[in-house]
Amino acid sequence: MMNLDAKIPAGSLENKWTDYKGHCKLVNPANKRSLEVIVVGTGLAGASAAASLGELGYKVKAFCFQDSARRAHSIAAQGGINAAKNYQNDGDSVFRLFYDTIKGGDYRAREANVHRLAEVSTNIIDQCVAQGVPFARDYGGLLANRSFGGTQVKRTFYAAGQTGQQLLLGAYSALNRQVALGKVEMFERHEMLDVVMIDGKARGIIARNLVTGELERHFGHAVLLCTGGYGNVFYLSTNAMGSNVTAAWKAHKKGAGFGNPCFTQIHPTCIPVSGDHQSKLTLMSESLRNDGRIWVPKKQNDTRKPNEIPEEERDYYLERRYPAFGNLVPRDVASRAAKERCDAGYGVGTTKQAVYLDFRFNLINKYGRAEANKLGIQNPDEATLINLGKEVVKEEYGNLFDMYQKITNENPYEVPMRIYPAVHYTMGGLWVDYELMTSIPGLYALGECNFSDHGANRLGASALMQGLADGYFVIPYTIGNYLADEIRTKSIPTDHPAFVEAEKQVADRLGKLHGIKGNRSVESFHKELGKIMWEKCGMARNEKGLKEAIEEIKKLRASFWSDVFIPGEINEFNPELDKANRVADFLELGELMCVDALNREESCGGHFREEHQTEEGEAKRDDDKYGYVSVWEMNGDCNWNLHKEDLKYEIVKPSQRSYK
Amino acid sequence: MEHQNLNLTLKVWRQKNASDAGHFETYPVSGISTEMSFLEMMDVLNEKLIAEKKEPIAFDHDCREGICGMCSMHINGRAHGPWKGTTTCQLHMRAFNDGDTITVEPWRASAFPVLKDLVVDRSSFDRIQRAGGYVSVNTGNAKDANNIPVAKENADLAFAAAACIGCGACVAACKNASAMLFVSAKVSQYALLPQGQPERTTRALNMVAQMDKEGFGSCTNTGACEAECPKEISVMNIARLNREFMNAGFMSNEG
Repeated sequence: MMNLDAKIPAGSLENKWTDYKGHCKLVNPANKRSLEVIVVGTGLAGASAAASLGELGYKVKAFCFQDSARRAHSIAAQGGINAAKNYQNDGDSVFRLFYDTIKGGDYRAREANVHRLAEVSTNIIDQCVAQGVPFARDYGGLLANRSFGGTQVKRTFYAAGQTGQQLLLGAYSALNRQVALGKVEMFERHEMLDVVMIDGKARGIIARNLVTGELERHFGHAVLLCTGGYGNVFYLSTNAMGSNVTAAWKAHKKGAGFGNPCFTQIHPTCIPVSGDHQSKLTLMSESLRNDGRIWVPKKQNDTRKPNEIPEEERDYYLERRYPAFGNLVPRDVASRAAKERCDAGYGVGTTKQAVYLDFRFNLINKYGRAEANKLGIQNPDEATLINLGKEVVKEEYGNLFDMYQKITNENPYEVPMRIYPAVHYTMGGLWVDYELMTSIPGLYALGECNFSDHGANRLGASALMQGLADGYFVIPYTIGNYLADEIRTKSIPTDHPAFVEAEKQVADRLGKLHGIKGNRSVESFHKELGKIMWEKCGMARNEKGLKEAIEEIKKLRASFWSDVFIPGEINEFNPELDKANRVADFLELGELMCVDALNREESCGGHFREEHQTEEGEAKRDDDKYGYVSVWEMNGDCNWNLHKEDLKYEIVKPSQRSYK
Repeated sequence: MEHQNLNLTLKVWRQKNASDAGHFETYPVSGISTEMSFLEMMDVLNEKLIAEKKEPIAFDHDCREGICGMCSMHINGRAHGPWKGTTTCQLHMRAFNDGDTITVEPWRASAFPVLKDLVVDRSSFDRIQRAGGYVSVNTGNAKDANNIPVAKENADLAFAAAACIGCGACVAACKNASAMLFVSAKVSQYALLPQGQPERTTRALNMVAQMDKEGFGSCTNTGACEAECPKEISVMNIARLNREFMNAGFMSNEG
């Protein structure tokens, strides 16, 4: 039976974390030196955790599948990171960030975790600035902020459209310092392929050296999975090509509960698909919704060019439907609204699966006029205003505009961007308690890899916040509470039968995969899985579609295991084998996502069951029946048992989300 | 939106492993849409090779949005190909014409040994960063962020330097295989910020020493690095690194 005690500390919400820190067990510095911790993944969560634990004196081993820790996909986060600093004097506070996050998540996240996240958010900004992260600044030399969706304050810190890059390079620099000091040992081009369990506790991993193909055994008193999300189950997503679920899935198969697998975030502003050759989708940051207005023509199947459609014939549908938040509604709401317009025949572009994101209004009126005032230009004409505005927009989002032009061959300074929703983030993930420990003792999950903070929909600029909160400010305390009881556990030699057996299982699976020698490429299976998931477990889901999807995935999985072809050898650099291993896990996860979506007969956040909607087409929750976290336990080969963690709201009263 | 299909001839460097001598192989590809990225074209070729039960071409890639720095192809003699300020993954096929022959090689530098086909080992870059590319501040020691004001001009210059993605195009483009642009970008970022001052001299000395130890060549101010850098990192950073290095030498307390 799975233990789902969330171990939330007693006491008032705002004192829980302080009380926890004041009472958790500590490990003295001499003992830390003999305690070993394995960190898998070097994105924001992994790099910050490995660096912080190294600083504390633990012996850390960090692993990443890329050629350098700096390449983890956190690097690609664009728009920003939230923190309740209230530097803008616009009424922000820890409570407001907490409240916005709970509401944004459609009341499916834990209050205590989210409040802790909001509390430490301010420390993150301080820490990153101290490391030399070059955030955007105002002329007075102080930090600048921008707005993101689902909030009415400006609390997002940023570095142009490459905030994730700068934060990750900050964490990477802290990690490098610990590597140089010998506190962290770094393993690049290594992929974790199993967790090793001894006496019911996680005690190490089996990793494959992706250059030589060799399997390696690594011991740890505790193992941290910081391995990101599983959006690539859809094949097309904004994730990096290598992003995968494998590490988390191996943990799940060893007994770790998987929380809310069907909670997927579809991001409203991505560059639309251009053809069958498409290998990934590119995000256009949510921060663009600060300054871009989203619209479609009022007339169906309008074939005119966007700049030829007069103002009065444009439907700014988000401003029309949600006047209080306008273009800055949360992502799930904005995505569904775009789909609704396109399905109703108002879509634009050649495929009609796109809407416009238009900067012209703010180029002229917001930035152009402000610059003209600064320069003392009286009665400027429109061309002057556009030129002045362009310079400001370039500074804020230049890299995004350049990227758009390279991909589409259109100039977004002149014509509106065409955008459409795409898979971006997964709120679901390994179930963890308040201490970030999974249901396996000694196995932790941090960052996007866990399910904990974003409920059924994540607010923009909160993923970076959570990754760094978990790594810099949560795990350094909570891991001590576990390791304090492990100081008598000597390092276990890796010739222990559990390591031998785990390595043998991994080797057998690789051999089996490689030995199939069928006729279809790994890529073709992945594409087919993605299509099923997108059509039947994507932006809108229903009972019939989900049941069909489950059967189709089962069939596809059987076909994969009998007909996949993997060229090359096992004991060499073999990217096709790496990919096959990951796709094999996606073929199991995809089924679980559909099972979870079928079970949850309500709509909440990114999970939209067509059977459950209000008359205006908004998500209709059922708190009495589904006010819980679905935690799935795998029994044998793709059979799952459902466990429930009831969500108790003591401070926030769940109500229908309104952004009108 | 409007696209055409191209028929191309690819000459690609194939090398089984680090000890293999390596050679070029020629592959015809057809029906390549101008809407594809360069790597999507490589995907098409690889799928074709797999269908023929041949080994696909190994190449490094991950984010495919120009920021992770993993992709690294030398295309028609230029690092990341013909477009200015663009990584291989963001290069699109409309840059080429029907009937073109395209040569694809890995980065060429002794400090970047080839692992397989187009994949090279850039761990020398990580080791240079570990020699001093950080501010020594432990987690939890920071004061309120706005207690460290930074003049906007310096903050912007530091950001422009910090935008380096560590891809190694600067080394590949340089006739001496020098890593000066890469090293100078990191040294500059910290030299421009108040947070970087306490370790300013040791950082410049140690990172340069590690760069030399890794076997990168010397800088002769040709400027190919800046011209080919996908993030358009300025050679002014190299000038700043030279000043930092000189000052560090003069200011050193060592006898």
